[in-house]
Amino acid sequence: MVLGRAFEDMCAQMYYRGKMFGFVHLYNGQEAVSTGFIKLLKKEDYVVSTYRDHVHALSKGVPARAVMSELFGKTTGCCRGQGGSMHMFSKEHNLLGGFAFIGEGIPVATGAAFTSKYKREVLKEGDSEDVTLAFFGDGTCNNGQFFECLNLAALWKLPIVFVVENNLWAIGMSHLRATSDPEIWKKGPAFGMPGVHVDGMDVLKVREVAKAAIGRARRGEGPTLVECETYRFRGHSLADPDELRDPAEKAHYAARDPIISLKKYIIEKSLASEAELKVIEKKIDEVVEDAVEFANESPLPPRSQLLENVFADPKGFGIGPDGRYRCEDPKFTEGTAHV
Amino acid sequence: MASCLRRYGRRLSVSICEKRELSTACEGKVIQQQQQQQQQQTAKLLNLCSAINQALHLALETDPRSYVFGEDVSFGGVFRCTTGLTERFGKNRVFNTPLCEQGIVGFGIGLAAMGNRAIAEIQFADYIYPAFDQIVNEAAKFRYRSGNQYDCGGLTIRAPYGAVGHGGHYHSQSPEAFFCHVPGIKVVIPRSPQQAKGLLLSCIRDPNPVVFFEPKWLYRLAVEEVPEHDYMLPLSEAEVIREGSDITLVGWGAQLSIMEQACTDAEKDGISCELIDLKTLIPWDKETVETSVRKTGRLLISHEAPVTGGFGAEISASIVERCFLRLEAPVARVCGLDTPFPLVFEPFYMPTKNKILDAIKSTVNY
Repeated sequence: MVLGRAFEDMCAQMYYRGKMFGFVHLYNGQEAVSTGFIKLLKKEDYVVSTYRDHVHALSKGVPARAVMSELFGKTTGCCRGQGGSMHMFSKEHNLLGGFAFIGEGIPVATGAAFTSKYKREVLKEGDSEDVTLAFFGDGTCNNGQFFECLNLAALWKLPIVFVVENNLWAIGMSHLRATSDPEIWKKGPAFGMPGVHVDGMDVLKVREVAKAAIGRARRGEGPTLVECETYRFRGHSLADPDELRDPAEKAHYAARDPIISLKKYIIEKSLASEAELKVIEKKIDEVVEDAVEFANESPLPPRSQLLENVFADPKGFGIGPDGRYRCEDPKFTEGTAHV
Repeated sequence: MASCLRRYGRRLSVSICEKRELSTACEGKVIQQQQQQQQQQTAKLLNLCSAINQALHLALETDPRSYVFGEDVSFGGVFRCTTGLTERFGKNRVFNTPLCEQGIVGFGIGLAAMGNRAIAEIQFADYIYPAFDQIVNEAAKFRYRSGNQYDCGGLTIRAPYGAVGHGGHYHSQSPEAFFCHVPGIKVVIPRSPQQAKGLLLSCIRDPNPVVFFEPKWLYRLAVEEVPEHDYMLPLSEAEVIREGSDITLVGWGAQLSIMEQACTDAEKDGISCELIDLKTLIPWDKETVETSVRKTGRLLISHEAPVTGGFGAEISASIVERCFLRLEAPVARVCGLDTPFPLVFEPFYMPTKNKILDAIKSTVNY
């Protein structure tokens, strides 16, 4: 959680210094949901996220260096600089992406869940099902794709957990004014799966619920819909001046900051001392600093990367008949070379 | 910034109420001298989002059954194009919708079919695809298949499109070509604030469903004198914005400013370029382009969307059909590359001034 917070704060700094650009959406305040859920997963489990995906990537195990480089658009980033802030993918850590479009990731997650169920039941590989977690926000719960996937998952009893990060706001639209029944967890039973509501600012409570839901999926009992009530401390994106939200509401949730609550809990229960926590924080600062340095020093992608990976075979598209990348053809800059 | 625009919007709306004409102005209408003087006095420097804001204010003022809706429109929208509308016209006419593009457009079609003017906003043109089904299968065919009993002419869909410098895959797309392939709807793209206000008012009042793409790059950057009164610009009429004799250039939206720079540079090399703003993509003004090509004998088309299957292909094919013997060089298309819109490589992907300049020279020296 602390890594997530420190990372996002550093992102904001780097953005305002002009090192990264584009639309960056920060996760401050919602760390408990990411940590609570993803830390219970195995490496083979899948995570599908939204555009607010930096911390999901970090929790799943993608190194901070790779995420920071991706944000800077460098070759060493997890997607080689192609995707940027909103599109974190990692084959190694089974992170199936950030999605700029709301709700687009949920059907993808459903497909991944079907694969793990098929692998176990038909191909008889492995002894328990790999679980897929689909993260999305409150605004997405009014979108058709969400409902279609709840139906599919319940129908086919897929090992998937739908995690709603209800932070009450979709850019400037309050969830309460956009939804006929604002209690999202109730939509689960309508499709035949359990719906659970949990306080998303408390990482231990989230972990309890996550354990139950993930356990259910792993045993093959089907999907669960978990609504986590959480809050984002910053604006929707770094370009959002965040004038619309009531300061009283912000203060209310700032008081329930997940990191501060967990710190208090740890110190009260004497699980660790203040000094030990400070050591952890210092280590994390070093990790984030190192990530920034690494990203700074990494090279920008070469121009040839622009034409790679449009189709499966780069030769038919990116590489011309003379064996060189088409973008190295001098006619390319004229716009008269055909690709 | 937002509050500053809100204040500005209110001040402008007061002056509009005092001085506006009563009926919608058409190009051929005779304007009284007194009003003309007033109009000349009351043009203000506005950027694109303020011009669109003014147009929306006027549209809602003049028709009590017109509505503006979309994601986040009531606080002004993410680009502040809808500032001040909710405060002035109320939540019944200017309201937020949940995040469902298909629902937004379908709902707009229903409103329009009942005789209302529905002005739907899609937050970014990249997000219009869930609504593509409703636009293509319902909006475009409504009048046709009901035998003119019902129509959704009152529907106007506004969406910001195009590159913005840092948009990446999903905040920079130019989907106009997809919609140009659909008979039954109109596609309109303005190039500047003064054009945008007139064209948007025409689109809203046009008896056909229209998709209005606004170049988001120009929202703040383009500043122009925009008349404060209610005026409409004709649809399906292209405009020659720069006269020339050696080569015709055709474009729309933000790309025109880049083409203009290329034309100025080409002038220094002695090439006289004629620049045409297409304005309405379908139904497009073939006559104006044809007349120009008959004069110059050469054509170059430029747009941000990928070159294969882009609208430039349609223009090229039609002009070749009509002017084959007059053409002195192949029709050149300087467009985006055939890849998804890139993030870091954006300057390399875009049809830049230099690419256009190179193509002008090679076409003229063919």
